[in-house]
Amino acid sequence: MLKDITIGQFFPGNSLLHKLDPRFKIIITGIFIAMLFAAQTFTALIPGVVFMIIGYAASKIPFSLMIKSLKPIIPIIIFTSILNLFFLDGIVIFKLWIIKITYDGVTYTGMMIIRIIALIAGSSLLTYTTSPIALTDAIESLLSPLKKIKFPVHELAMMMSIALRFIPTLIEETDKIMSAQKARGADMESGGLIHRAKALTPILVPLFVSAFSRAMELATAMECRCYRGGEGRTRLKQLSSSARDYLTTSFSLIFLNMVFLLNVYMAG
Amino acid sequence: MTAVKTENLTYTYGIGTPFEKTAVNDVNLEIEQGELVGIIGHTGSGKSTLIQHLNGLLKPTSGRILIDGADIWDKSANRRDVRFKVGLVFQYPEYQIFEDTVEKDIAFGPKNMGLSDDEIKKRVIETAEIVGLSPEILTKSPFELSGGQKRRVAIAGVMAMEPSVLILDEPVAGLDPRGREKILAQIKTYHAKKNATVLLISHSMEDVARYASKILVMNEGSVYCYEDTPIVFSKAEELAKMGLSVPQITKVFLKLKERGFDVRTDIYTIDFAIKKLLEMKN
Amino acid sequence: MSANKEIKENINIKNVSFSYNSDEEKGTPLILNHCNLEIKKGEFIAVLGHNGSGKSTLAKLMNSILIPTDGIVLVDGFDTSDEENLFDIRRRVGMVFQNPDNQIVATIVEEDVAFGLENLGTEPAEMRQRVDEALKAVGMYDYRNHAPHKLSGGQKQRVAIAGIIAMKPECIVLDEPTAMLDPKGREEVMRTIKMLNRDYGITVILITHYMEEAAQCERIVVIDGGKVLMDGTPENVFSEVELLKSIGLDVPQVTELMYLLGKHGYTCDTHIITENDCTDFLAKFLSEKK
Repeated sequence: MLKDITIGQFFPGNSLLHKLDPRFKIIITGIFIAMLFAAQTFTALIPGVVFMIIGYAASKIPFSLMIKSLKPIIPIIIFTSILNLFFLDGIVIFKLWIIKITYDGVTYTGMMIIRIIALIAGSSLLTYTTSPIALTDAIESLLSPLKKIKFPVHELAMMMSIALRFIPTLIEETDKIMSAQKARGADMESGGLIHRAKALTPILVPLFVSAFSRAMELATAMECRCYRGGEGRTRLKQLSSSARDYLTTSFSLIFLNMVFLLNVYMAG
Repeated sequence: MTAVKTENLTYTYGIGTPFEKTAVNDVNLEIEQGELVGIIGHTGSGKSTLIQHLNGLLKPTSGRILIDGADIWDKSANRRDVRFKVGLVFQYPEYQIFEDTVEKDIAFGPKNMGLSDDEIKKRVIETAEIVGLSPEILTKSPFELSGGQKRRVAIAGVMAMEPSVLILDEPVAGLDPRGREKILAQIKTYHAKKNATVLLISHSMEDVARYASKILVMNEGSVYCYEDTPIVFSKAEELAKMGLSVPQITKVFLKLKERGFDVRTDIYTIDFAIKKLLEMKN
Repeated sequence: MSANKEIKENINIKNVSFSYNSDEEKGTPLILNHCNLEIKKGEFIAVLGHNGSGKSTLAKLMNSILIPTDGIVLVDGFDTSDEENLFDIRRRVGMVFQNPDNQIVATIVEEDVAFGLENLGTEPAEMRQRVDEALKAVGMYDYRNHAPHKLSGGQKQRVAIAGIIAMKPECIVLDEPTAMLDPKGREEVMRTIKMLNRDYGITVILITHYMEEAAQCERIVVIDGGKVLMDGTPENVFSEVELLKSIGLDVPQVTELMYLLGKHGYTCDTHIITENDCTDFLAKFLSEKK
């Protein structure tokens, strides 16, 4: 069901990862992604994967959740694996008619699968352990230098946080509208592509109508609470960095260095 | 004749997750054709989950549902046909409106049934009349109407399928007293005109007391009781203990009894209360 | 601020008319039609009226969401039509709306409660304290780190109320706050706003369809056709059973019982609006045999 979607969901907690400054978490996530993509060999991928496992251990997020977050990307993994597996040139290790599998193809595909899985699972940790508001605050703060060139940083952050706030509400609503139309005999399961696209109208129209009326009401409610844009606003939760944040970032940089060293060492 | 029957109906959601919960637990019901049943119970008592089983929107974890004697999850059964037979009006049904005219929106259900254009037209006009929408409204956009009118368009959309069982989940929630009265009376009209079985979920005991001939009380996923309205209200004390708000008038008679007066406690409408008071006085 | 100290009225609506279209278009219906209403500090008022009677419009005029087409609305002496007063007014008059989902901005309860204070530029340390106080006042402190969409309707409304009282308003206007709630949620909200009025002295203006809620207030204002039709204590207002029914409103069941007994030729008091008074009356009624 729609309600089972977990990507981008926050799980409140009190772990080390929850306590880190979200700005640093974004930076560390960037470093983590660099670890995965800088690695040129299997061995060089190890630091990235280990770093991710340490992350999960430190976050106290159940491992089963990570598996769950991977489910939606399985088709992507399979599709790109097939492409890489069969179409990369190199030393041929298996050949049948026009299909040939190369040594390079296998290693490349293997590395790519590990990379994608680690990428999704690892970056999910950011959203699992950071409240969407903290996340948007952090993005707002990291982007704040752009304010000088009149980039609407606050507006962007506010839009993101409202979108995040209403995703669960709209998912619930979609479920409800679907049930209501099914109860009127709407047929959404059979027929060709065009028929199915047409069958979406009874769901999309009410959803849009409701989203717009919600937006209007929310705008009024926000104005009533003296909202007037980003100027002069203070925040309940001040972003403050501590030694913990610097230490964790250094720790991640050490891992990134390991990747570079392994790249050189294994190649040599 | 039995219109709706459930046998050991149980529904558990989130099986295998920390959120696992049995929403409906071993429900056995037999609802006679032509009955007007009020369904009451707390939020979370399982009443909304129960009704979504009756037209096949939810599949029971175990147990059976029989509509007019036929198991709706039988291999040969067609669930879409079940939905035409068992009409379900959700809470705040005005959210389901999507067509650009009232007429088209009411016609959506009948169209899905594959009826002829003449028949569809006939049904739209007939149901619009039942819910008190004047013919000139039919060509208007439903989005221009007032909240109460939209609600009636949505209800008409389900009535137009002429279901022999009509289920409504809080059809008058959020309306003003006059709007509530209108819609309840219209539901009663449909009930009488089509000799349909009607199931009405409501938080308002006053409404249920006035309209329902039988009442189903749900509590924590199970059937607490399913009896004729006077019998259910004779248990007013138990209902109040369950935290269900009994009508104010019933509360007054419970208090009179506490003070030692020999009064009946199954009094749930004002007219009945007056009658009894006058009898006692004379 | 000091100049406003003597003013006893919190909100003063003077000869106000309102129409959604510009007044140049002739014949556009007036939602409010020369409406007058004075609300004193610390009052607990219910506003009744059928759908379309203009009661929601009246609420929106009280904190400058809408500006009167004609006439004047004063909040603590501030004219709502003057743009400069906007934040002085909105800080004093908080609004709670019908749909709890559409007024919660943040994804965490306490951050939502802080939203108004953030807009006002409150110092973080003070904000922390006021948010915690507000959450405790509505009994939602234990839920401060929860996601709002997982709360019940009654809880969401209490969070919305906390968000308003954190701003320390003098007055809170609730536009059908219980219409979408179940009986339990309705009771929670009623208990909360009664407490706000009693313990914090906040003026409460409750717009509602539920007569039993109105019966718990000190004063009822009935709006019909864009005008104040009745204004008085619940006992006095509900005693006009026929008038109320003629404009599509209801009275508490006990009042209706009194009214109908009266029609049968007994001397009854239609000022009775509570179960206890009704029980007392009936006890006496049944004891006096003919």
